[in-house]
Amino acid sequence: MTTSAAVQTTTNRLTFAAIEAGQGLNAALKQPPADALRQVAFSGLRGRGGAGFSTSLKWELAAKSAGERKYVVCNADEGEPGTFKDRVILADFADLVFEGMTIGAWVIGAAHGIVYLRAEYTYLRPHLEAVLQRRRDAGLLGSAVAGQNGFAFDIAIRMGSGAYVCGEETALIESLEGQRGEPRNRPPFPIDTGFLGNPTIVNNVETFAWVTCILAKGADWFKGLGTEKSTGHKLFSVSGDCARPGVYELPMGITVAELLEEVGGEAAKAVQIGGAAGQCVPAARFDRTIAYEDIPTGGSVIVLGPQRDLLRMSRNFLEFFLEESCGQCTPCREGIPKLLEGVELLQNGRCSMTYLEELCGLGETMQQASKCGLGQSAPNALLSIVEHFQDEILGRVVAKRPPARRERTA
Amino acid sequence: MDKELQPIGSETRAPASQRSRTAELLKHAKALGKEIDVSIDGNSVTVPLGTTILEAARELRIHIPTLCFHEDLCLAGVCRICMVEIEGQRTLQSACSYPITAPIRVSTHTAKVRRARRHVLDLLLASHHGECYICTRNGHCELQALAAEYGVDLFRFGRADRPRYAIDASSHAVVRDMNKCILCRRCVRTCIDLQEVGVLEALHRGQHTKVGTFMDKPLADVVCINCGQCINRCPTGALRANDLTDEVWEAIDDPAKHVVIQTAPSPRAGIGECFGLEPGRPLTFQMNTALRRCGFDRVFDTNFAADLTIIEEGVELLLRLQRAIVERDPAAVLPQFTSCSPGWVKYLEHFFPDYLPHLSTAKSPQQMFGALIKTYYARTNRLDPKNIVTVALMPCSAKKFECNRPEMCASGFKDIDYGLTTRELAKMIREAGIDLPKLEKSDFDNPFGTATGSGVIFGATGGVMEAALRTVLELVTGQKIENFFAHADIVPLRGFEGARYAEVPITKVGPVPALVRHLFPDWNWLRGATLKVGVCHGTANAKRVMEDIRDGGRFSHCHFIEFMACPGGCLGGGGQPTPTSPAIRAARAKAIYSEDHAYSVRKSHENPAILRVYEQFLAAGPCGHESHELLHTAYTRRGKYIA
Repeated sequence: MTTSAAVQTTTNRLTFAAIEAGQGLNAALKQPPADALRQVAFSGLRGRGGAGFSTSLKWELAAKSAGERKYVVCNADEGEPGTFKDRVILADFADLVFEGMTIGAWVIGAAHGIVYLRAEYTYLRPHLEAVLQRRRDAGLLGSAVAGQNGFAFDIAIRMGSGAYVCGEETALIESLEGQRGEPRNRPPFPIDTGFLGNPTIVNNVETFAWVTCILAKGADWFKGLGTEKSTGHKLFSVSGDCARPGVYELPMGITVAELLEEVGGEAAKAVQIGGAAGQCVPAARFDRTIAYEDIPTGGSVIVLGPQRDLLRMSRNFLEFFLEESCGQCTPCREGIPKLLEGVELLQNGRCSMTYLEELCGLGETMQQASKCGLGQSAPNALLSIVEHFQDEILGRVVAKRPPARRERTA
Repeated sequence: MDKELQPIGSETRAPASQRSRTAELLKHAKALGKEIDVSIDGNSVTVPLGTTILEAARELRIHIPTLCFHEDLCLAGVCRICMVEIEGQRTLQSACSYPITAPIRVSTHTAKVRRARRHVLDLLLASHHGECYICTRNGHCELQALAAEYGVDLFRFGRADRPRYAIDASSHAVVRDMNKCILCRRCVRTCIDLQEVGVLEALHRGQHTKVGTFMDKPLADVVCINCGQCINRCPTGALRANDLTDEVWEAIDDPAKHVVIQTAPSPRAGIGECFGLEPGRPLTFQMNTALRRCGFDRVFDTNFAADLTIIEEGVELLLRLQRAIVERDPAAVLPQFTSCSPGWVKYLEHFFPDYLPHLSTAKSPQQMFGALIKTYYARTNRLDPKNIVTVALMPCSAKKFECNRPEMCASGFKDIDYGLTTRELAKMIREAGIDLPKLEKSDFDNPFGTATGSGVIFGATGGVMEAALRTVLELVTGQKIENFFAHADIVPLRGFEGARYAEVPITKVGPVPALVRHLFPDWNWLRGATLKVGVCHGTANAKRVMEDIRDGGRFSHCHFIEFMACPGGCLGGGGQPTPTSPAIRAARAKAIYSEDHAYSVRKSHENPAILRVYEQFLAAGPCGHESHELLHTAYTRRGKYIA
């Protein structure tokens, strides 16, 4: 195990540590953009922010999209509760990220890159600016990147202002444009109508770093790791009731049990995977795999020991969403307070079975009808607890007939 | 017509916060002939690529409920009431904002959709604090209508039992009760994107989100221009005009008071909508009867004052031209801007205070009339002006602010005591048990009774300019306007394009008419000149024109420009019946222009009542000493910085 430079974070052995700056970029620039894209496509890399959209497809669409100005945006608004892997990458391997962005620019034909850096990571900015300057000095950014005439590309850093929802790509773009950070209607997607109306690719910090590794070590190497549908390795931010919390690079397709063994969390009664927006996996299902086809995740793994009250945890998450909802669409803005009220009723033993069912129905509506991922995933934690931990819930439901409806929510 | 300036409407500049390229896609689709098949509830239709599901459904006459959607505004997709299910998609999609770019199969009322819609309504009702019985929108509230449509029979998620916010009644024009707000943000999009004033925006986030002003200051303390367009687009009773009907009733009930009302042209074209008639059915003369039955002592026609405004404003323009052309005075300020839209006046005071000298000093017709009633009319009828109560029926919420401007009391009394909106008068008429559409007709009262068609068309965008040109051209050329424009219809100034530009060459000049002979020895200096005029409506377009003037563009060479704060002009004013849409405004405009044709005298300077006023009262003539005292005003440099 090693320790990251910026903040005391334990990591296992990371591929990134073995990649030298310039390796990936030079390999990419030796081939035409279309060939570089083909490499990314062959690797099967999917978005490491959690949604798992095919990186190459996104880039291909942006490359084809008509537009004089195109933008490469790095989503460094790492805000999912329990995620801190991007912080480690930015602190220790910023070169790989910037290089990935440069490769992205080469592929889609962009001249401008923007890193949208989480407000809480302001302390990383001087370091990142220094890395950028070093790359400019080395000719790896600027009017002719790596001596390649006609390929101009530079990267600017823009600070977020502390809104979780700005991790959603269209809200991030709104924020970049100086508007309230609120998700847009999709379609149109950013690849088509992004920053200032121009074609834009928005990718996670880790995704860009992997692109650099893929170009450096070859797409075959990456494709050989992980599962068929979820290739490669992934970084996990592990926290909670385990012996060795930290950032772990593990192959996709690993089972929850294997992961717990690695981090010393075998005694867990459940694991919250994917942060507040993710799902709660019970011990009985620790044979499930972490992969886009089973449990997708942006990397947050919160280990929950036997002593944890899951209802309390879901309340904590709902309080988080209550704070972070942008307030734009009805299901999210008005639904979250109702779910939270429901959890409080449950905690106080004042929720009837009928009302609990009503709330679960509302949760499903929120999953289906909210405008963006925040509202769509806000009910996940509560719904998965109701599904998998009925013991914890049912003990708290009022057995007798419910009181009149109006009083219940008073 | 100026193509560079965009017309208003749903295809205006892409809104920053809720950008959608639907309109653009549509344009391309039509050009490229790209079309796509879509199936909605099993019915197929072929639409241009990029058409939204809502538009396609309307094509098929399939009803999809909407709340945050409004034809005049950019897309939001936030209320989520228009959810539909698309085959193969995990989540539901909002029909109003989803552009069709691939062949899809849509279902509009599956179990999932029905449940989602009920939930959305239940949630909105849970935080909507307001009792329908005591709401101005009772009976024509979009939320109420949806609750009925979807059979809401219980408050599934509870209901707000106490208000969360204080009502903001600081403004003379607009009252905001955010407890009734459902956060559809139509008002925000109206204020930011349609009018580009930008007073209203969403504040805070999540459940604390509310629509508010800068630093949540009272509306009276921010740069609100009182146009009331937000009221017209609010689906609930969260926004309403400051209702003065109680005060007006009180004046009517007081036997010591002589209550006179003047009615503007636009309310006549709109009030029928409050009584269930389709838009575009003017009830001018039925309304006169109704007003008398309500108890008003005199019913006057604002058009009289509109004619007076045309004379004063037109002569002011000629004086400015003379100063510029004959005296070659570099300090002569041109173009002259119209000043009859109080929303526009306040807009200019806030946003372009350096251009206030361009604004005609002539008061608006409403205020001119008030000043005359409390002086000329009081004297000729031996009434004490302190016992006269002047009421103005206007299509406008900003008029409520205008009549409270401190400078508007030239006679020593408030020119106008109360400004009523069309909606408020409809309420009074209903309260008096009168079935307006079925009433017999009756005329306006003398001595101001006779009006001209020029006054009527003030209600539509371009109307003031058309009326002004009819008068100015006849005064200068000595020829009938019909010689230049058939039926005296100056068609290039009409329509709904955001900004319009026209040139009128003056080839011949005639003798100077008696009315203005003391001001102009002859017209020779105008021979061969080309009069350049502009027209624009909606403050977003006004902003474009102002920027064009600032940058030395085409409009900077104009001599006279008409500005109206509201889209469509007064007929789309903030005091007009709800709802509003481009089609409704077009119908009202048609009504106004057809009324113009019905008048025997259609030019302001031919109005005998006007000539009588100049003979008997304003002896120094247009822009003379008396008229300066009573009929002209000054403006305030407000700026846009808020203390």
